[in-house]
Amino acid sequence: MVEPVLLWRRLVGAQVRSQLQYRVSFALDATGAFLISFIDFLAVLVIFHNVHRLGTWSVREVAFLYAFSSISFATTDLLIGHFDQFPQKIRDGNFDILLVRPRGTLFQVIGSDFQMRRLGKALQGLLVLGFVIGSLDIPWDAGRVAMLVVMVPAAIVIFGSVWVVGGCLVFWTTDGGEFTNAFTYGGNFLAQYPVDILSTWLRRFLAYIVPLAFVCYFPALYILDKPDPLGLPRFVDFLSPVVALVAVAVAGSVWRFAVRHYRSAGG
Amino acid sequence: MIEVDGLSKRFVVRHGRFRRERHVVDAVKEISFRVERGELLGYLGPNGAGKSTTIKMLTGILVPSAGRVSVAGLDPSRRRIELARRIGAMFGQRVQLWWDLPLVDSFELLRHIYKVPADRYHTQLARFRDVLDLDPFLHTPVRQLSLGQRIRGELTAAMLHGPELLFLDEPTIGLDVVAKQRVRDFLVEINRQEGVTVLLTTHDLGDIERLCSRLLVIDHGSLIWDGAIAQLKERYGGERTLVVDLEEPAPPLDIAGARVEKVDGPRQWLRFRGSASELTAQVAASARLVDLQVQEPDIEEIVRRIYAGER
Repeated sequence: MVEPVLLWRRLVGAQVRSQLQYRVSFALDATGAFLISFIDFLAVLVIFHNVHRLGTWSVREVAFLYAFSSISFATTDLLIGHFDQFPQKIRDGNFDILLVRPRGTLFQVIGSDFQMRRLGKALQGLLVLGFVIGSLDIPWDAGRVAMLVVMVPAAIVIFGSVWVVGGCLVFWTTDGGEFTNAFTYGGNFLAQYPVDILSTWLRRFLAYIVPLAFVCYFPALYILDKPDPLGLPRFVDFLSPVVALVAVAVAGSVWRFAVRHYRSAGG
Repeated sequence: MIEVDGLSKRFVVRHGRFRRERHVVDAVKEISFRVERGELLGYLGPNGAGKSTTIKMLTGILVPSAGRVSVAGLDPSRRRIELARRIGAMFGQRVQLWWDLPLVDSFELLRHIYKVPADRYHTQLARFRDVLDLDPFLHTPVRQLSLGQRIRGELTAAMLHGPELLFLDEPTIGLDVVAKQRVRDFLVEINRQEGVTVLLTTHDLGDIERLCSRLLVIDHGSLIWDGAIAQLKERYGGERTLVVDLEEPAPPLDIAGARVEKVDGPRQWLRFRGSASELTAQVAASARLVDLQVQEPDIEEIVRRIYAGER
């Protein structure tokens, strides 16, 4: 169990060293990522400049959701964000190289890239979270703290699983990066807003099919002590870790199935 | 070491923008062969003949559509990871080294990926540094290496974990004569000294003639030759060519057992089987001979004949 983590650190370390070979480019990228994510948050503020509540949600509560989603998304992005480069590997056949090495392919893909500049976005999420927690009056008991600790890893696993499944499509389409983006960036966007403002079918879709509602929405209901406008039983708020485990199992199976359909490229 | 039985790979390709038409392409059609431990084997065929597809099925990259494959006693696609520890692979047109890092860093990473014990890694690396002369560029980032240097790095990367079997896909492509020779010497060395079984695909007939004792030729997905190179020459190259320079231009000579392939002024090319001296005597008897030369068919010529469908 420890050895793969050490190897992952080595692989990631190699990527970081590579990126530091181009220092100016790295500095520009990191600053850019930081600024872009602030513009993202501005969008939330612009909406609330005009409307003061979204359903039963106040500005600060939505900001709370936003901060959590951002941190989870940014960390996922940091760990496996290069999945959007993955179609390129499939198209040019460089996936071949991973297949002749004695390691799991998913593990190798995850270890094949690590974009330090994405730290910029995680940093921004942390800033917003600090600000929001300070301004929201949350009674921090053991249950809420535990939820806070568990929800981010669970969210990362759910985001990650959705991305992996989205990424698997390129095994068939060879070039489908944009479709995958709908799951990654689109998923982040949806997770930033309270699910109850969405139409019924979209809500059901997010709760039962692509479980993004479990990323932030249900855990946030618990921490903010809000009644579920959808009327689901209270225990659903605690299901995120279970959903995360199911999601990762599904993603693993889809991945294994997909790799057997890899067609490689000429040459 | 390798057992292949009725191996096939079929791709379904779709064409057209709106009305998609399905096309079935049989990249490899029911090929069978065996490779014994310690062989150095050439795998030859024109572009698109199915060479790379075969190698990819043998290394576990592609799942066969039909047939049976066993490499080192394992089913490659089902037991890919186990197999990967025992084989090495190098694809001349793919980069497996870390592009922006010094060459030696890639070796270090591969050591951990393959879990090679430190002492073994160091003895192996010391040997390859010597044989492939890696020292001048061991600490240079891979992106700054010349092609020849990079290929030497790739070969080291494929051999570091001490595989029993090495697959090489176009290892000498794009290399100059000196670099090619170095790669060939290296392959002979690991084959003879360590008994590593080597299967290489190539377009370069020089590779084949200098390295391989046995040759497989594939065309349109089917194996059309499997045997020793000497036999191949005998079978397809049994005919030699006698080039004769006559004193003056003449009509094509009419001699039993030979046929004139080409006439250029006083020079004629005669294809024949059997003894050259008998033929020479007959030519000398029917025309005034100034000079002559016997040409042995080279492997390039033979392969051209095989591809052309001459049987």
